[in-house]
Amino acid sequence: MLSFIGRSIVQKIITLFFVSIVSFLIIHLAPGKPSQVDPMNPKFTPEVVERFRKEFHLDKPLHVQYLYFYQDFFTGKTVSWKDNQSVLKKIWERFLNSLPLFIVGTIITWTLSFPIGIRSAIFRGRLYDRSATFISYLLISIPGFFFAYILIIFVVTQFHVPVIGMETFGIGETSMPHIFMDRIWHLLLPSVLGATGGIAVLSRYVRSQMLEVEGQDYIRTARAKGLPPEQVHYKHALRNALLPFVTMFGLILPGLIGGSVIIESIFSWPGMGRMAYEAILARDYPVILTVNFVSAVLVLIGTFISDILYLMVDPRIRL
Amino acid sequence: MTNDSLISIHDLKVYFRSNSEHARAVDGVSFEVRREETICLVGESGCGKTVSALSILGLIPTPPGEIAGGQILFADQNLLELNEADMQKIRGNHIAMVFQEPLTSLNPVFTIGDQIGEAISIHKKLEAEAVRENCIQLLTDVGISSPAQRLKDYPHQLSGGQRQRVMIAMALACDPDLIIADEPTTALDVTVQAQILQLFRSIQKIRSMSVLYITHDLGVVANIADRVYVMYAGIITEHGNTAQIFHDARHPYTQGLLASLPSRSKRGTRLHSIPGAVPNPAHKPGGCPFHPRCPYAIPTCSKEYPQMCDYGQGHLARCPVLFEGGG
Amino acid sequence: MMNIEEKTFNQDFQFQVPLAPKQTRLQAFWFLFKQNRLAIVGLFIFILFFCSALIGLFLTSGPEPIFDPAMIRLQEKLRPPLAKPNLDSLRPEEVPTLDFYLMGTDDLGRDVFARMLQGAWVSLTVGFVAVGIAVLIGIFMGGIAGYFGQYHIKIDHILLTFILVSGAGLVAVKLIHFGALLLLLGLGHILYSILTKKRSREKAVSSWSAFLSKNAVSVDTLIMRIVDIMLCFPSFFLILTVVALLPASIYNIMIVIGLTSWMGTTRFVRAEFLSLREQDFVAAVKALGVSNFRIIFRHMMPNAVAPVLVSATIGIATAILTEAGLSFLGFGVPPPHATWGNILSDGKRFIFDAPWLTFIPGIAILIVVLSFNLFGEGLRDTLNPRLRERH
Repeated sequence: MLSFIGRSIVQKIITLFFVSIVSFLIIHLAPGKPSQVDPMNPKFTPEVVERFRKEFHLDKPLHVQYLYFYQDFFTGKTVSWKDNQSVLKKIWERFLNSLPLFIVGTIITWTLSFPIGIRSAIFRGRLYDRSATFISYLLISIPGFFFAYILIIFVVTQFHVPVIGMETFGIGETSMPHIFMDRIWHLLLPSVLGATGGIAVLSRYVRSQMLEVEGQDYIRTARAKGLPPEQVHYKHALRNALLPFVTMFGLILPGLIGGSVIIESIFSWPGMGRMAYEAILARDYPVILTVNFVSAVLVLIGTFISDILYLMVDPRIRL
Repeated sequence: MTNDSLISIHDLKVYFRSNSEHARAVDGVSFEVRREETICLVGESGCGKTVSALSILGLIPTPPGEIAGGQILFADQNLLELNEADMQKIRGNHIAMVFQEPLTSLNPVFTIGDQIGEAISIHKKLEAEAVRENCIQLLTDVGISSPAQRLKDYPHQLSGGQRQRVMIAMALACDPDLIIADEPTTALDVTVQAQILQLFRSIQKIRSMSVLYITHDLGVVANIADRVYVMYAGIITEHGNTAQIFHDARHPYTQGLLASLPSRSKRGTRLHSIPGAVPNPAHKPGGCPFHPRCPYAIPTCSKEYPQMCDYGQGHLARCPVLFEGGG
Repeated sequence: MMNIEEKTFNQDFQFQVPLAPKQTRLQAFWFLFKQNRLAIVGLFIFILFFCSALIGLFLTSGPEPIFDPAMIRLQEKLRPPLAKPNLDSLRPEEVPTLDFYLMGTDDLGRDVFARMLQGAWVSLTVGFVAVGIAVLIGIFMGGIAGYFGQYHIKIDHILLTFILVSGAGLVAVKLIHFGALLLLLGLGHILYSILTKKRSREKAVSSWSAFLSKNAVSVDTLIMRIVDIMLCFPSFFLILTVVALLPASIYNIMIVIGLTSWMGTTRFVRAEFLSLREQDFVAAVKALGVSNFRIIFRHMMPNAVAPVLVSATIGIATAILTEAGLSFLGFGVPPPHATWGNILSDGKRFIFDAPWLTFIPGIAILIVVLSFNLFGEGLRDTLNPRLRERH
């Protein structure tokens, strides 16, 4: 067990090293320059550009820039080129904004997809299963931004509540419950949107996993013992079908950064995704690289956690 | 039939529907199991033995399966007409089943104590402590050493033979009247096979229950059976007691099966085999399903469905050709 | 007991053994596939989409297109679908081909129907080319990992690659002399080792060359590590970054989506190859002395193609969605050219005044992506023999 953990950590650090090289190369070898050092930018005189290049080591060869960047990164001194703020501090602020979206979205996803998937598997081929299947496909296929606008139109015309941003502009004067409700309304739509794709995919996966297990011999044994169907489905089948999902707890971590770019920019939500998008627009290399690095770390931690969880829940695996 | 009949199956028909094809897996099977006897259902794989057994417990998956007709009489009720809730009271409690693959038939994520105890607590409604003691007793009965420690083991920690013993303990849990054993030794080593067979024999004697033993292995049949039903392509082709079947087989298929057994007396001679292959259940030959492979077949065999011919003393064979030919 | 041996072969008539009706694999496949009604609908829409994208390409391109997606009629802006144009205010060449606006006009008075036709081609090519790239890379990497995975890369291979790559790199950063020297050195070594291949086996090995020919890493490990590295990037963010940095063009989008989505295929193909390689028919073909190339492409590929096909179909759906997302954010195809994503993106400002500008492209994307997903799932159900038995 310990040696497995050790090996796994070493492997993940090596992977991370290569990820850092690849992302650095992608960004620096791509054509075009950040606006601060672009000679075509009228805002900056050649002297300013030159000073800037010096300050951020852009006059050095690539591998030296790489070393400088990660030296700054690990000592926490990386600053954004746009406003000279500490990147880590910026990310942390945005992260705190994204967190409620992520948590609410994840809760919605996991609490809805399991009952739906399990019921679909038990009533396979019936009306419930067929409609759940079709709706899942619909949710997988609908472009997020389009769905967002449909929901915005619906909510704004039906309930007359503003939904853009984290709170209604200038709401500070009103009572606490009012502010609270306002925050909830603003939180609801983006998190539901973030959850839709997840619900569809996860419930399909739960269904197929349950179907797989329901066809096993031990389910027949359980029925032959005279167990009532609820015990067969929810004890014998579900417990086996759940094994792979325990590992997915680890894999949701990267979702903290990943797919929220579009939704956050539609709802003007000042979260991680939107910050990344703004950084890309401004070619703010340190921010892009840091976001990339942090998300790679999250992916690796996620897979690590899921490996460990798998070891813990499956009695057949012993190291 | 006789008064001591425990369960009797009349003209059972089970069809499987797939892609508009009708596979007649069991096509009018009748047999009975009496109290305190061991019955063997013999036949090649795919002849409908397992399907017959599963339909007794109502475990045929529907769809694609479908019970197209017949009766299964057990304790004055037709099991095919019972609802699911009543059927649950029969399963495990009055009729229990032991399956072929002990590894896949045990749930990998529960301890064997959980899995045995479950049947007891469902049917007998005992306290946890009583259930535990019951389990230990059962494991002792099926010959598992240090049963108290074994209760906490997971199936993958046991050997193949031990797993099958656990399966048997699970089947015995509620003292059923009938145990259906579906090729319980096929997946095991030969030495372990012998032990399990021995276990079945002793259990049957001690607990005075009936056993419906399904197998394709004539050696096992000779070892354990009181009476034998031979199945081919979804029908019963011959029935008799063990001596009748082994020494006076009257159906060409049974004769063929016996002739293909290797034995010391046939040493050095070429081993017999039945030509051809088991028919596809969706495209069975008309008339007698065995006729394309039968050495005695005459043209009427492909047209007329053969009737059971009575050879006396309960010995029946479904081959009019040999019967009229003076057998 | 009767003597069976005697009587076995004295039959003077033959019985017909009924057999299952013969079906080719394709017939059997089609038979099963037909039963999945949703998949059939998916296939139908897919064909419809394919045809309209092709026809759309011809109708909207060329110097004088039949439907002109770029024709601006400011006096006719934001007309609803099926509206008649106001013929008095239009010059003759500005009158829409159908005499009415089938899908309305946008804020510049451009015919949305013509723009949708033009955008269909973009979606189609992005989907197919991107997935084509991904599948090619995936099959190549997965095939190598699965079939040659047990081979090891030796230390001298790594050194050689390093020398060649750094040589090329030095040439690229204008240090031509030193770079060329390294390149020559590397190529010379390859030439030398090819020439002396036979003899070197017989020679006694020195400790230095023993070190050089030590196994460093197996091919399988190497490829799977590359896959792991690629999977560490958040894919939409990566695509967004690269597309934003590169000059805006439809080809860049295709290539970038393709280059960032091959990992799934690689894993499938590798897993299939690993299990196929152990199977008896491959051993039998190997025993016949068939070349590796032929084994891979003639014997193993057809067996591995099913999961690749399924993931490719669903990959097309994902690629179309990704492109639409990029267009929506304003990246990708430069403005005058219409894509479904940028029609929607432009229209979102008029969502309450001209909802068709949001709904027409949105629903179009939804239907096309849905059809690919349904078709792909249908393929999966049909091709997966384990599921086949269960239904």
